[in-house]
Amino acid sequence: MRNIIQTLFLVAALSLGNTLTAQADEFTKEDLDIWQKEFMAVVAVGRTAFTDPNLGTNGVVCAQCHPNGANTHPETYPKFQKQIGRVITLPEMINWCIRNPLEGKPMALDDPKMVAMQAYITHERRNVKLAPGKH
Amino acid sequence: MSIINRRTLLKTGGTFVAGACLPLTNIRLAFADQSQDFTFAYISDSHIQHIKGTKFVRNWDQGLKRAVAEANLMSPKPDFVMYGGDLAQLGTREELDHGFEIMSALKHKTHYVMGEHDYYADLGEYWSSQVGKQYYSFDHKGVHIIVLNSILTDDHWTHERWANGTERMGVMAGLDDPRGSPFMVGAAQRKWLANDLKDISKDTPIIVFSHSPLQKLFKNWNFWTDDAELVQAILQPFDSVTVFYGHVHQIQYNQIGNITFHSVMATAWPWPYPESYAQAENHMPHLTVPINRADPFFERDATGWQYVDINSGKATVKFSLTENEPRTVSYDAKRGHPVDTKYVSRSKPPQNHY
Repeated sequence: MRNIIQTLFLVAALSLGNTLTAQADEFTKEDLDIWQKEFMAVVAVGRTAFTDPNLGTNGVVCAQCHPNGANTHPETYPKFQKQIGRVITLPEMINWCIRNPLEGKPMALDDPKMVAMQAYITHERRNVKLAPGKH
Repeated sequence: MSIINRRTLLKTGGTFVAGACLPLTNIRLAFADQSQDFTFAYISDSHIQHIKGTKFVRNWDQGLKRAVAEANLMSPKPDFVMYGGDLAQLGTREELDHGFEIMSALKHKTHYVMGEHDYYADLGEYWSSQVGKQYYSFDHKGVHIIVLNSILTDDHWTHERWANGTERMGVMAGLDDPRGSPFMVGAAQRKWLANDLKDISKDTPIIVFSHSPLQKLFKNWNFWTDDAELVQAILQPFDSVTVFYGHVHQIQYNQIGNITFHSVMATAWPWPYPESYAQAENHMPHLTVPINRADPFFERDATGWQYVDINSGKATVKFSLTENEPRTVSYDAKRGHPVDTKYVSRSKPPQNHY
């Protein structure tokens, strides 16, 4: 009974909200600015990880082979990677690089640093056409 | 070259390399003296990287060791070996010493070019104490050979901006670090160059070695020398000039007037071509047929060394690539510029692997 009352209250609150504020899909410039700022802050974290000699164990950094994240071709993922033997996503390939040239430990796929590295890589490759699976 | 062929090369050693070294040029002049022809080996960009104590990054060590071992197998022997710069990654004494030790296994006379990774920790002091002059010239079999230090930059950036040499080196070591500064040969060396060439006859073939390209290709990654036009203007009056440079970790070649440009490969790791960075303009030579993007599964993919035949003062560059088919870029007298002898145009790509 208590749950039902709570639910009714919530529905009422949402209806009221809809009448007073903009629809969810009408983004204001302020919204866009905030979200872009959030995104670029994460891109910056990704760039830091990409140039961090402590990401692996031997001091090698991602940017040594991938200046500006080049030759990571994020637009082609998911794709079949010969060295792994199945279709994989970009973060799995990032972990391959961390394990091999960087001689480090792989990260969890939802590790905020892993998300940030993808934000950086894809931002540097922005406006390039998607080409999933391409070799 | 497949892995199996590469193993065959290593097993059969001298015999195989001797076959590969036979002069391949199509431009020997009818009146030229064959005894003036020569071959040199070119090893570059090993980026020996210190971890701590006696530990170094294994991958980069292996690239240089392999190039040294293969260059030692060359038969007939090359007249000399040129090292193209960036022996070290962060210019420390440990890295340079370890690199020189690996290089000391070479059985041939070796000359060195200064790279930015050898220089910016202590402004070349330790490198110079071990190698000698940072720019110099010598004559070899009728060719005038010049080595330049092309990775200098302006005094303010060099002396005023950074707390210490380690910080300065760290910034310059990041190819894409926006706090870096464009390379230059500089006024003092340009004056030395003009003076060095003063009494050389215009029909003497000239070979110039620099670390950065003496042309402006892609500023974002310092595939660039800021006073390139001024250096080219000093060289342009000579009938035949060939410039060799490292730094770019990929095959590039170009022709500007009388000057032929060739890059050399790194033994450490490959770099993507500038066109793969979608956010900045590049001026890559249209002549260059690129090599395939590297496949990281193969540690040595798109790395290697090269040997160069000089016939009548013109170069045939043979790229010895550990995990890729060998490539040959040779001056084509009919076209008046260098061409890849197998992949003449981009319409016939060297590999189709993405």
